[in-house]
Amino acid sequence: MSHIGSYEERIKNFDWSISEKELGYKDGDVLNIGWYCSDRICEMGKADKLALIWEGLGGVEKKYTFDEVRINSNKIGAFLRSLGIKKEDRVCLFMDKIPELYIGFLGVLKIGAIAQPLFSAFGDESLHVRLDNAETTAIITQRKHVGKVRKLIEKSPYLKHVIIVDHDGKKPLKERELTFDMETYKEPKDFEILPTKAESSSVLHYTSGTTGQPKGVKHVHYSLISQYLTTKWVLDLQEDDIYWCTADPGWVTGTSYGIIGPWSMGITQCVLDTGFSASSWYNFIQKHKITMWYSAPTAIRSLMKAGDDVIKEYDLSSLRHLASVGEPLNAEAVIWSGKVFGHEFLDTYWQTETGSMMLTNFPGMKIKPGSMGKPFPGITATILDSKTFEPITEIGKIGLIGFKPGWPAMMRTYWNNEVTYKSKFKNGWYLPGDRSTIDKDGYFWFVGRDDDVINTGGHLVSPFEVESALLEHEAIAESAVVAKPDEVNMEVVKAFVTLNTGYKIDDMLELNIMNFIRKKLSPLAMPQEIEYVKSLPKTRSGKIMRRLLHAKEWGEDIGDTSGLDDDE
Amino acid sequence: MEEMKDVILEYVIEEYLEDEDEEITYDTPLISGGIVDSFSMVSLKRFLEAKYKISIPDEKASPEAFDSVNKITELVKEFVG
Repeated sequence: MSHIGSYEERIKNFDWSISEKELGYKDGDVLNIGWYCSDRICEMGKADKLALIWEGLGGVEKKYTFDEVRINSNKIGAFLRSLGIKKEDRVCLFMDKIPELYIGFLGVLKIGAIAQPLFSAFGDESLHVRLDNAETTAIITQRKHVGKVRKLIEKSPYLKHVIIVDHDGKKPLKERELTFDMETYKEPKDFEILPTKAESSSVLHYTSGTTGQPKGVKHVHYSLISQYLTTKWVLDLQEDDIYWCTADPGWVTGTSYGIIGPWSMGITQCVLDTGFSASSWYNFIQKHKITMWYSAPTAIRSLMKAGDDVIKEYDLSSLRHLASVGEPLNAEAVIWSGKVFGHEFLDTYWQTETGSMMLTNFPGMKIKPGSMGKPFPGITATILDSKTFEPITEIGKIGLIGFKPGWPAMMRTYWNNEVTYKSKFKNGWYLPGDRSTIDKDGYFWFVGRDDDVINTGGHLVSPFEVESALLEHEAIAESAVVAKPDEVNMEVVKAFVTLNTGYKIDDMLELNIMNFIRKKLSPLAMPQEIEYVKSLPKTRSGKIMRRLLHAKEWGEDIGDTSGLDDDE
Repeated sequence: MEEMKDVILEYVIEEYLEDEDEEITYDTPLISGGIVDSFSMVSLKRFLEAKYKISIPDEKASPEAFDSVNKITELVKEFVG
């Protein structure tokens, strides 16, 4: 029997207090996610239960019980406190998927500081922009990534501490750098968790928009209420489950459902910190007898591409429940997973700003392959007219997705950007920026973004950020960046550029530009294709008409071009 | 042959290896080892095509075929005249 039981019954009788009661939380109580995900689980008698099974390159394994997670997160908290880091200070976690990232996240929260996880593949410019916006006090990183931090340290006066978790002593530390070894650091006696409250700041995740710099999405400790219950009812985690969330905690799925959700339920989870290959993933499932698997459409399509024969080499019979997030999961992938794994991937829809799942397919519910499913109980969702922002009642008509604000995990603001935050609300609805339809049975069907943001492999990339970085390349005079359709990643970055005088188009120049962006921003932002043009389409006021280039890539009608100044 | 392997190895070290102290060999897993991710694989493919004046079809450019310098060398050899 699944936790959710009857969806219809849950909808009728829903109140978020269901989650509060299960977590033993009452309005006004102390609420600290770090405590809920470790100390509380130990107090429930699960101190010796495995919390984390981590596997790195070459099959190297590390295992941590909930008690070890509790102790080690206390160590990290105590260490940060010894540096003078206090409530509301931002602490960036800039690491691969190593145990220190997962446990350090709780350590930061335990002292009331704000955890700012960032994807470790970010280049120095992407890192700097995000640290600068948050005025981050400390960054916890690895030896392999410290070179990127060193590039920006001089222009980051607010960054007081660069903490390296795997320093081997071979090379001298530089200014502001210090080391922390989680295994050997002395366990603090009488460590006190800061008594944060529901509305105390917890996590700052960065996300990209069409224009301007990335936005820091601020969450609070009360998000736990949503994250716990959605984990329980959608991911349907049971006491003996072995759970694998493939997302990196540099992105919101990796914290909401890769740390907070499973650990607040006292569930054992596995982490694979190596690159992707179909055989290594299947081997991981077989080896650890994974039962619940939460992954992303890009990964699922890559597995499809690898073929069915490789699946036959592994025993994947432990799997009992699969779910997906990050971008729309196409119907073919849903059907394929049912055929080869015996279970369909259930699509879930939410985003960094919502903090927890909003539209989902539930265990036991009739699945319509390709649909995002229905609203989670307690979530009021609709489709809005794009001009009036009034709900559309006509079945099947395309409109903007709208959610009634008020669920616990909703972002509280964009860091230092209240104006943009407020712009996300229209006529009493929160707009996530996606278009959809609703069918006669109440299922939501994704149509596309309502802006130019590129969703590549489930991660949002700002065209503005890539265009700005391209202009810093010596050969490029002008740039425009759009999404290009891609079989595996749904969309990839494509750049249109004009060259400065004296530069010639050749393969090495293209490679040079690609690598320039990859290192400066990230591999996700690297244009997978560069098209050289004589000029870019612009309005009479000189604004580049990205819309025309996008339409061309997608074979769509280019629409009204009356404002076009130059159609070359 | 040896020269091609060394050229590719040197390029991987120069472009993709973040940890200066990490040592890689011709057989070090690149994709499954997390040194080169699936997005960056596109730039590595572009390098090989530009350097050796070849065109590698997308269906041949699988994560498995790019998983070590030795495997990449074998793949490039198929297309070099």
